[in-house]
Amino acid sequence: MHRTGELYGQFQTLEQQKESSTLGMWIFLVTEVLFFGGMFLTYTINRHEYFTAFGVGSNTLDIKLGTINTAVLIMSSLTMAMAVWSAQVGKKPWVTRFLVLTLVLGSVFLGIKVVEYKQKFDHHLIPGRSFDVWYLVNNTKPETEAEKNQLEAEREELHKATLTDPDIQSHAQLYFSLYFAMTGLHALHMIVGAGLLIWLIRVSLRGRFTPEYNTPVENIGLYWHFVDIVWIYLFPLLYLIDRHR
Amino acid sequence: MSTTPPIPEHQLPESHYLNVGYGAGIKSWVLTTDHKRIALLYLASVTVFFFIGGVFATMIRIHLLTPEGALVTPETYNKLFTMHGVAMIFFFLIPSIPAVLGNFLIPIMIGAKDLAFPKINLLSWYIYVIGGCFVLYSFSTGGLDTGWTFYTPLSSIYSNSAVTPAVIGIFINGFSSILTGLNFIVTIHTMRAPGMTWFRLPLFAWAHYATSLVMILGTPVVAITLLLAGLERMFHLGFFNPAMGGDPILFQHLFWFYSHPAVYIMILPAMGVVSEIIPTFARKPIFGYSFIAASSIAIAVIGFLVWAHHLFVTGMSAYSALAFSFLSYLVAIPSAVKVFNWTATLYKGSISWDAPMLYALGFIGLFTIGGLTGLFLACLGIDMHVHDTYFVIAHFHYIMVGGAVMGYVGGLHFWWPKITGRLYSGPLAKFAAIVLFIGFNLTFFPQFILGYLGMPRRYHSYPPEFQVLNVLSTAGASILAVGYLLPMFYLIWSMRYGKIAGPNPWPATGLEWKTDSPPPTENFHVTPVVDWDPYDYRNRPDLGLVAGGTPLAPAHGDD
Repeated sequence: MHRTGELYGQFQTLEQQKESSTLGMWIFLVTEVLFFGGMFLTYTINRHEYFTAFGVGSNTLDIKLGTINTAVLIMSSLTMAMAVWSAQVGKKPWVTRFLVLTLVLGSVFLGIKVVEYKQKFDHHLIPGRSFDVWYLVNNTKPETEAEKNQLEAEREELHKATLTDPDIQSHAQLYFSLYFAMTGLHALHMIVGAGLLIWLIRVSLRGRFTPEYNTPVENIGLYWHFVDIVWIYLFPLLYLIDRHR
Repeated sequence: MSTTPPIPEHQLPESHYLNVGYGAGIKSWVLTTDHKRIALLYLASVTVFFFIGGVFATMIRIHLLTPEGALVTPETYNKLFTMHGVAMIFFFLIPSIPAVLGNFLIPIMIGAKDLAFPKINLLSWYIYVIGGCFVLYSFSTGGLDTGWTFYTPLSSIYSNSAVTPAVIGIFINGFSSILTGLNFIVTIHTMRAPGMTWFRLPLFAWAHYATSLVMILGTPVVAITLLLAGLERMFHLGFFNPAMGGDPILFQHLFWFYSHPAVYIMILPAMGVVSEIIPTFARKPIFGYSFIAASSIAIAVIGFLVWAHHLFVTGMSAYSALAFSFLSYLVAIPSAVKVFNWTATLYKGSISWDAPMLYALGFIGLFTIGGLTGLFLACLGIDMHVHDTYFVIAHFHYIMVGGAVMGYVGGLHFWWPKITGRLYSGPLAKFAAIVLFIGFNLTFFPQFILGYLGMPRRYHSYPPEFQVLNVLSTAGASILAVGYLLPMFYLIWSMRYGKIAGPNPWPATGLEWKTDSPPPTENFHVTPVVDWDPYDYRNRPDLGLVAGGTPLAPAHGDD
């Protein structure tokens, strides 16, 4: 189909084209909800079954990094919304600026995620043969009194957990299986989003987005917000389930 | 009473979608964004998978000729039925009608130039091909022996066959289905021609709308389920592995949440095909248009609430079994609404027995048998006895082969003149339809009896007293094979040597018959404006439908 300006040949008008792509994006997001939904269901059922182990797993996550990441991602949603708004009101240079800012924030999120994954590798918390929930407690050498007390408290917690759930090794692996599957799939969506942002920035640099034609910014914005919302659910479900220290 | 319209001599249009870009060769096909060409790409590729699945089916039937198994080892037998299921369900039945006929017809039927997203349409075909390659890789490097259902932990831990590439292939292929569904929904919402209101849509389009709902809501769930099972196999995770505390029944719930509605992905489009064929060859407006349209949506919606009837013997709670049993019965209501409306359309119609009509009538009969035996299976008490027996096999083959494949082949015959611009041999096509019908019943009816007598499915051997019925079934399968091969030959023959069809050979009232055969690339030379009701066979002198002054039968047969 031939293209005249921004209008693709299969459409009669720009409005029809915009309506179609926006509807298409929303339907795509519906499929995404169901895609993640299957995993959230698996999470829910396993957490219901093995709450103690999930609590133990959750408490090993770095809450500081998690919180920072949540803030970073919410900020990126704000900048994305600003980019959409700039396109709608015709502030061309600001479209590019806000898109770049969104890309930077998204990359910061992914960077922090890499740091967190690395920690899990170091602490033997990757499901598989060398998985060991006791690794950190048994292999850390405390230097200060405070650290020593902290370690003792953790050892105590693990002992208590083992009393309620003797097979905590297996069940904590379930938690980490889900942790990596869920955050991994989320990160994959972030990477795809980053790719889309790079494409948007290139198009935006050519000044293509105007108040009349800005559907790509809007639709990729919708996608970005969706990925953001998934994290808003993942954060409490993975990081905050049994925090009491 | 049959009214023969005057048939003028026709000529092929000078330029149509098949000869545009003729000089560009293969590139004009593999890089096309024309929905009609993409439909033909799909036609070729689903036919390949149909034959691969058919070869496995043939080997299964030959093996079961003798009680101890005539052909292969037990392990190979497990692989045969698994690969038969995977090839047929994921790579033939699910894409067949939507991606071939739906792709070709939906834009033309609603008066659009193309689907809303032509590039995504092409992408979906490539995704299908890539997924298909993974599955073929699995078939050819060790095969697959888990059953097409991939139940864990067999698939995720214990199976020694090539599960991982198969799971990856089906995961990838799912996105092809999702994108097709998305494209159809958006197209039907936003691309309708002026005057083409929702209640002037052909029932084929309604059926595809309902199908697309199932595709976009169900497929992502099976995608994530197979992804989790695949990750479990690759990285020894434990989502569904009881040894690590995971829940294998959860896999079954998630799997059937898609895979039961997937049956409606197969049957709803076939129902759409039948809803087009019946009024055309009864030369009467369809009876109960809005009820047929609404029943498609109802089947799609209720279809999502019945999945756990596949799990009645897993030890699920009696109360949820009761609820799922009741909900499964409910599906019968919209299905019966359709069957009764088609029958009422036939009443006092001027029926002509062309090949598409034979397929459609065959569909109604076979679907009714398949549907009613489905009620046996939804009944808790009976399901305990016939669960995992050949009764189930016979039931779902009546739905999937007797229903969906009949609809597909019937639809191909109905729209073949539109797709190729040429007519195939009518008598030969009628003969093939009858062979198919006889072969099908001879293959699968004995399996109802076998199942009722207690022959379990998926076994490579059986007690000697079951041999007669098994031999009958195998004999039927060879007749069935002839019924499938015949159309292959005369349809391909007709592409070159068939008589020129003209725009509306049957004649029918749909918008797709108002344009050239084969249609031009942009479907219509002028954007059509619709100012008539669908299936208006009473007031169409332009179609020769009141030829000779013979009044046609009234719409409802009662006035």
